[in-house]
Amino acid sequence: MNPKQKRWRNRIVVALILFFAVCAFEATGHLERTLDRQNALLVEFSLFFIPYLIAGYDVLAKAAKNVARGHGLDENFLMAVATIGAFALVFFPDSEPHMAEGAAVMLFYQVGELFQSYAVGKSRKSIAAMMEIAPEYANVMRDGQLERVDPFEVAPNDIIVVKPGERIPLDGAVVEGHSRIDTAALTGESVPRSAQVGDEVLSGCVNLTGTLTVKVLKPYEDSTVSRILEMVENAADKKARTENFITRFARYYTPIVVGLAAVLAFVPPLFVGGWADWILRGLTFLVVSCPCALVISVPLSFFGGIGGASRQGILVKGSNYLEALAKADTVVFDKTGTLTSGTFEVTELRPGGGVTPEELLEAAAHAEANSNHPIALSVLAAYGKPVDRQRIAFAEEVSGHGVQAQVDGEVVLVGNDKLMYMHNVDYEVGELVGTALHVARGGRYLGTILIGDTVKADAAQAIDDLHAAGVKRTVMLTGDRADVAAEVARTLHIDEVRAELLPENKVAEVERLLDELAEGGQGKRSRNLAFVGDGINDAPVLMRADIGIAMGAMGSDAAIEAADVVLMDDKPTKIARAMRIARKTMGIVWQNIVFALGVKFAVLVLAALGIANMWMAVFADVGVAVIAILNAMRAMRS
Amino acid sequence: MRKAFKLQDLDCANCAAKMETDIAKLDGVEGASISFMTSKLMLEADEARFGDIVQEAQAIVSRYEPDCRILVPTV
Repeated sequence: MNPKQKRWRNRIVVALILFFAVCAFEATGHLERTLDRQNALLVEFSLFFIPYLIAGYDVLAKAAKNVARGHGLDENFLMAVATIGAFALVFFPDSEPHMAEGAAVMLFYQVGELFQSYAVGKSRKSIAAMMEIAPEYANVMRDGQLERVDPFEVAPNDIIVVKPGERIPLDGAVVEGHSRIDTAALTGESVPRSAQVGDEVLSGCVNLTGTLTVKVLKPYEDSTVSRILEMVENAADKKARTENFITRFARYYTPIVVGLAAVLAFVPPLFVGGWADWILRGLTFLVVSCPCALVISVPLSFFGGIGGASRQGILVKGSNYLEALAKADTVVFDKTGTLTSGTFEVTELRPGGGVTPEELLEAAAHAEANSNHPIALSVLAAYGKPVDRQRIAFAEEVSGHGVQAQVDGEVVLVGNDKLMYMHNVDYEVGELVGTALHVARGGRYLGTILIGDTVKADAAQAIDDLHAAGVKRTVMLTGDRADVAAEVARTLHIDEVRAELLPENKVAEVERLLDELAEGGQGKRSRNLAFVGDGINDAPVLMRADIGIAMGAMGSDAAIEAADVVLMDDKPTKIARAMRIARKTMGIVWQNIVFALGVKFAVLVLAALGIANMWMAVFADVGVAVIAILNAMRAMRS
Repeated sequence: MRKAFKLQDLDCANCAAKMETDIAKLDGVEGASISFMTSKLMLEADEARFGDIVQEAQAIVSRYEPDCRILVPTV
């Protein structure tokens, strides 16, 4: 609790003690015995008015200020009128006294408000703690001296030193030392990762055991840590439809209930009499008319859901996306980097006639030397010798086909069937398992390199989890050959495969799936399509899908930009987890809405009939708010 | 121009919703969004009048929550 809340709490405690003391004193009947009825009431009135004022003077002051400024109808005003009204009923000659209720309503209202303030503060703090990943300084090497500077002042290629216990300030590559790194703040992964020379390390992680010397790769603005912070800041911007609906609802709800209160208080008694009783019913309406419970519990639930997700390395860019994710029933995957690790390995060399395996590999390695495509990297790894870049005149990627390069003055082609076909190269077709990379030099076929991609360990589990979570259709998109793709899909239990797609076909494919989804329902779609990619080449698809999910995306700026949900590590099981969090959050949101409205309407009806009293009304207001808040906080723990 | 502001002492969710509606209606404002949970105001407005708009927004904020201040970032 902050000091303000502590003072507030103490004030309420004092008021509560006084209130119960007055109640106890009144119950002795001492006043009635010693004074006549009129004076007894007056004394009682004054006695109850003391705890009332102690508890609620700030509410009264705010209400007065609001009225003076010419706009009322906020919760302070409603509470002030309701409670003063309850006290004032004592002046009606034929009424029962309601002073105790007036004071109690104010007291409970304040208890509820304090609790709300406390709960909101607490969850605000917990998200703030989660976001305490911003590094405060960097130890940069300048003129042989270590200098402690603001991470902003460090430029790429600077050398920084990260000591054990320090946060890595900028993205970079380890050039000296080895250590274990705690990535929990970024990925939610509690097992530390090892970092050695050559490994890339991400800003925001904590260095645990050894001192690391790191060459900075990105300026602070583009480093992982600032991108995450920026994303979280902007998440606030995008509100869910449910959230907007509730604030709009609140805008009409309060005036309508206040109107009804006025009608109830003044119209029926004109015909049937009994003014005090009807006014009390109207006052009860006023207490119920506060929209607080609803208005606070909905954003709190979403906030909790987003916060809980981010603790597990799942960044959701806004509550609207959480809402959309809960309604996803088609999940489309990009294969490479998402379901498969994207680390390729050369599994077989099939040189053509008169070509040695070394020659084949050498030609391919030189053509691919400038590419950082995973396939190219695997070829270079298999070649294992340094590439003489002097021999390469130019090299260009032919999207979806392969690479075309000029090595030693000759055109070298490395790619799939389509590339060979395009250049009229006669190549051998055999029984192949894996990705086939045909190589041709100067129009002559040199042979084929077979490359296998490994399926991620938890990919099958991920698909099963999704089906268990209620996803009806899983589709895999890939540029691979149909037989390879079908084999992967079969082992992973994926429902459908679209193979041999160029990157640009993937958007069209997702659009077709979206259309199919629309045909099921009339007009507006109630179900969504989520696309999961690794962010390489698939930013347009991420944008086109209802929800774009980028995974292991910390390396790809375009993916972070385009995606709605970012998975910090590359575990596909996180997709189902994100979906479960989304569903749970939406469940909580609707529970709160139904519960709060249900109780309020019930109390309104009972109050109109004269069955509900002010005690029930104050429960319908703050009691419901407290329960809704407690429920909303569940969203954070998942 | 788009900018995020911190709202200090934002205590009431319903007031935040009302502030948001009123600020969005200000002349020159293209978009305004208040997140009660993060106590943040995202303001997208005409660059030329940005300073004035922030002041007008502060007036609206004070009307609903007298204690609440829009903090102008120092950087």
